[in-house]
Amino acid sequence: MTGIALLLFGLLTNDVYAIRGARIVTLAGETIEKGTLVIRDGRISEVGPGVSVPEGAEVIEAEGLEVYPGIMDAISQLGLTEVGAVPVTNDTLELGEFNPQIRAATAVHPASEHIPVARANGITHAVAAPGSFSDFGGGGGFGIQGQASLVNLDGWTVEEMSISPSVGMVLRWPSLETREFDFNTFEVKKLKFEDVKKKYDERVEKLGDWIEDARRYALAAAAGGETDLKLEALARVVRKDLPLLVVADDERDIRAAVEFASTRDLRMALLSGRDSWKVKDLLREKAIPVILGPALALPATEDTPYDKPLTTASELQAAGVRVIFASFSSANSRLLPYEVGNAVAYGLPWDEGLKSITLYPAQLFGVADSLGTIEEGKTANLVVTDGDPLEIETEVRYLFINGKLVSLENKHRSLYEKYRARP
Amino acid sequence: MNRVTPILIFLMTAVAASPETIAIRGGTILTGTGETIENGSILIRDGKIVEVGQNLNVPTDATLIDASGQFVMPGIIDAHSHIAAESINEGSVSVSSMTGIEDVLDPRDVDIYRELAGGVTTSNVLHGSANPIGGKNAVIKHRWGKDAKGLLFEGALPGIKFAMGENPKRSRGTGPAARYPGTRMGVIDVIREAFTEARAYQKEWKAYEDKLREGKKGLVAPRRDLELEPLVEILEGKRLVHAHCYRADEILQLLRVAEEMGFRIATLQHVLEGYKVTKEIREHGAGASTFSDWWGYKMEAYDAIPYNAALMVEKGVLVSINSDSAEEARHLNQEAAKTMKWGGLTEAQALALITINPAKQLRIDDRVGSIEVGKDADIAIFDHHPLSVYAVAQKTLVDGEVYFDRARDLERRAEIEARRKAILEKGKGETR
Repeated sequence: MTGIALLLFGLLTNDVYAIRGARIVTLAGETIEKGTLVIRDGRISEVGPGVSVPEGAEVIEAEGLEVYPGIMDAISQLGLTEVGAVPVTNDTLELGEFNPQIRAATAVHPASEHIPVARANGITHAVAAPGSFSDFGGGGGFGIQGQASLVNLDGWTVEEMSISPSVGMVLRWPSLETREFDFNTFEVKKLKFEDVKKKYDERVEKLGDWIEDARRYALAAAAGGETDLKLEALARVVRKDLPLLVVADDERDIRAAVEFASTRDLRMALLSGRDSWKVKDLLREKAIPVILGPALALPATEDTPYDKPLTTASELQAAGVRVIFASFSSANSRLLPYEVGNAVAYGLPWDEGLKSITLYPAQLFGVADSLGTIEEGKTANLVVTDGDPLEIETEVRYLFINGKLVSLENKHRSLYEKYRARP
Repeated sequence: MNRVTPILIFLMTAVAASPETIAIRGGTILTGTGETIENGSILIRDGKIVEVGQNLNVPTDATLIDASGQFVMPGIIDAHSHIAAESINEGSVSVSSMTGIEDVLDPRDVDIYRELAGGVTTSNVLHGSANPIGGKNAVIKHRWGKDAKGLLFEGALPGIKFAMGENPKRSRGTGPAARYPGTRMGVIDVIREAFTEARAYQKEWKAYEDKLREGKKGLVAPRRDLELEPLVEILEGKRLVHAHCYRADEILQLLRVAEEMGFRIATLQHVLEGYKVTKEIREHGAGASTFSDWWGYKMEAYDAIPYNAALMVEKGVLVSINSDSAEEARHLNQEAAKTMKWGGLTEAQALALITINPAKQLRIDDRVGSIEVGKDADIAIFDHHPLSVYAVAQKTLVDGEVYFDRARDLERRAEIEARRKAILEKGKGETR
């Protein structure tokens, strides 16, 4: 036992590795059918068919195995929630409608059990996003819900995990929903359209005011004005430093959000986007990428084709819209590859599917120079599998984060072993 | 009228009434009994499987279904569903055994069709989990287009829902609407109290029936109690208990109170910590029906592990994978596949989790759950191996009838879209 622990410790602390004899799916040009990948100082130092193993390197014999760029969960709640139904364990949704100044990384809990669980299925880095997309809680309200943070799924502290504390600003678009579920009476209340529309218009106006305020603030700040933390944060969106990550599902809401962002010259990505297939031409025209929620979802209405959520990704991709997949979850982050696998079953090209959880989110969040593909010089966030990572049966054999070989142990594995040994 | 015509009509009728033979040809048949038949055929007559194998003689008048290059498996059985019902939870009382899903079946629920499109042919439609003893279930076949009665799985043993843990204890909140029980102690107490009453009620009826048999005159029958009747059926083994539970301790307490009261739990539903008490579950004789990998959404799901199903199988428990969700039900084949990854089950074991095992749990394995001669022709055809993420259901048959055909579904879409547009146009004309 001690021997294994020492060996593991040895593996975990070495900083030069060679993955030898693997099929390397780089997603940057051709797949290397049989090659070696060398990791040094956290980066991919060499990759190719003729690469030799440097002296002193820890060798991973990978014949029959496959190497892929680490999977990125483009919108998750990893680290922000532990048990959905226990409110004190949730740090997802702040009070108030205008919180551009708050950052997810502030609350990411490095010891969350969800992190190693996600990791064990090949997720190496994730955007932790504020807001409520919880599996069972439904969507949450309206407003600017804070800055999303990009983290590696390994590190003793959030500082060690952090790739970028701020990669996007989450906005939940107001919705024109005339039915409201009342948790006190467990009844669906029907609201008057005029009332809902009035409230909606007020919210959109308010949103426009905030953006306008931020624009003026940016000018004033440049001239040495007083500091306002909210406007300072939002000014980054106005300057297009940060994408506005707009959560919207309904066709009408998506169109309104696109119109809003485009008239104000903001860089927008659409999140969730249930009806995005109805708006694909507009999305292509405005070059707005879509971060889709689960493909394994029910159609929105009875007369929508039964497989619409499964074909949405391929329809968007065929229309020239950039498609990214995300879990919008914490517990289900590990299922991300299967969401993509299902989209591939319904027409999304396989390599586009893989890029939708590696390269494309890296590009959207401005980290494609270091993540998203296997290329010399990039950060060694890698997953070594025994097959197609989108296929359910495939097992993750090794995982590298920031060039470190990371343990695949987790709460689930250890409970399994503990109770498997029960006499 | 020509004299020949009536004869012709008679002949036509005779032909139509003759048993229809259907032949599924050319696919890889995964029988559900662990056997794989390459390039096999299935002959179906009167909704039943009459022959399975290679090189079958197909009658010339048989309707052919070409499955070459495809995978043919038994229709998927979902042991925990809430589709096709107008309402699910009668949460106002702690014991709602007087209610039943059969009274509220909704044959127009589109989920019946959507699940056919995932290969599902039978579902155990259960009452919700608001009460320690909930309402009666309805086992249905996905005969989309039939009326409520037509959905019912004829002859399926009736069942009932029980529920442990967080759902029954928090169901009516803490305010004025609060309802006993509010703790796991209370949940077990409700069951013990109810069965204590049910046994007294059973005794009362037995005494009456004994006297009746002895020929006593002028007897007055005990008053019928529709709440206790189903519980007596449980005591007499005529009704199956499907018990929602999560934590190992509550699973154990449920098994013990059932043993104390003199009945058995047929299936532990969800049973997320079943892997901790496999020995006790096996000894009691309960089946276990679980999700593949949901966890962390509530406290009692915090120790849920994706190895649960596989570990329970390994330790000798009869296990199925269920959906509890109209969405999840559409890919139960993929949920089953996860047990190969998490816990190392074989393909045959994984497939059994959604076919023959739930059939055994619902006591309908003489009718469905495998592709065998004499069984109902409930069959799903996929374009890839059904345990692959890339498998898309192509055709689903119930009783030998094609209820889902992907090609036909795709063909009809343009027509449906045109009709929808026409209706919208008409609507515009009326309002403006």
